[in-house]
Amino acid sequence: MTSEHESAETDSIEELLPWHAAGTLSRRDAERVEAALARDPELARRYQLVREEFGATIALNESLGAPSARAMENLFAKIDADPQRRPRAMRGLGARINDFFGALPPRTLAWASVAAVIAIIAQAGFIGMMATQPAGGRFETASAPTTAPGVGAFTIIRFAPQATMDDINKFLEMNHFDVVAGPSAGGLYKVRVADRALPQAELGALTQKLQKDKLVGFVAPTR
Amino acid sequence: MQTSSDEVLISRIANGDRLAMQVLFARHHVRVYRFVLRLVRNEATAEDLISEVFLDVWRQAAKFEGRSAVSTWMLSIARFKALSALRRKPEQELDEETAAAIEDHSDDPEVTLAKKDKGAVLRECLTGLSAEHREIVDLVYYHEKSVEEVARIVGIPEATVKTRMFYARKKLSELLKERGIDRGWP
Repeated sequence: MTSEHESAETDSIEELLPWHAAGTLSRRDAERVEAALARDPELARRYQLVREEFGATIALNESLGAPSARAMENLFAKIDADPQRRPRAMRGLGARINDFFGALPPRTLAWASVAAVIAIIAQAGFIGMMATQPAGGRFETASAPTTAPGVGAFTIIRFAPQATMDDINKFLEMNHFDVVAGPSAGGLYKVRVADRALPQAELGALTQKLQKDKLVGFVAPTR
Repeated sequence: MQTSSDEVLISRIANGDRLAMQVLFARHHVRVYRFVLRLVRNEATAEDLISEVFLDVWRQAAKFEGRSAVSTWMLSIARFKALSALRRKPEQELDEETAAAIEDHSDDPEVTLAKKDKGAVLRECLTGLSAEHREIVDLVYYHEKSVEEVARIVGIPEATVKTRMFYARKKLSELLKERGIDRGWP
């Protein structure tokens, strides 16, 4: 190494002395400085000057005191009044849900999205299966065996206001009736009163008999 | 350890956590205040500025990317605020404050030295440095910032950080010499 190179190296090391004193050099640079200090007494003397400056700077700054409580009061008054950002307690549910998903790591969020998509597809498949399944999925009363729609004799019935659901169920069961539609506006039900079509006179007689039942408010034959 | 804790606090602040803001303020406000005070040389102005610095932290926390230490980021904000405040101040007011900060040199250097110990004179001379030199000396010695961190705070290349620090120390030696202390360097 020439003397010119040695001089350049010394200058470069000397520039690092303040950071060596503060302990903020990388390990590699700190080792370079330590080696140079060990072999160069003049550099070691200058390092002592740096250490004096270091101590004086800390003493000077520590003598500056601290801000009053006013600084903190001002800050939090501004934060509470800040229209750009509100403290969490004052924000809406939507913002907090947004914060929750925003705080998740991208990998977690990706896996959660995949799981949600799978759940939605599975649910859609299950609903589709239920919808396309034949008779098994339909509502039937115990008293009404499977009958083709439109087959039988029908009446329109509005039950008395005091009739309870329990009363109505017992009435339908006892007479082997079957509600096929309703209630429509006005509380009218279409009720199958026979599994086969009845002659008009027979249906009329049945209607008159039903009209006398205290549970029936109104009854009329229909198709 | 404290660095990672600061980062956790910042992520909480980004979510609007007021308590995390109080913790961060309690941890750093004195150092930020002193950094600003050394630049603006006015306690009331420094107090106002640290409120502004931490309000910026509250507002910008979500944008903090963790490429530097939280304290480095805050000192960058503080520096910007301090320099903006200095630019707003009338020149005359600045000169008066600067003059007041530097002690009366009318005493003979030997008399000055006899009055005070070397440490006290050194502290006075540190006060007499220019704002640019005070800033870099404080960042390196008091705020314990690396070359890279100082470069980030001040916005200059790392090589310039080293040379600026060298010239700040050289100026300090000159001021000491004027006060009767010859350090034999440079």
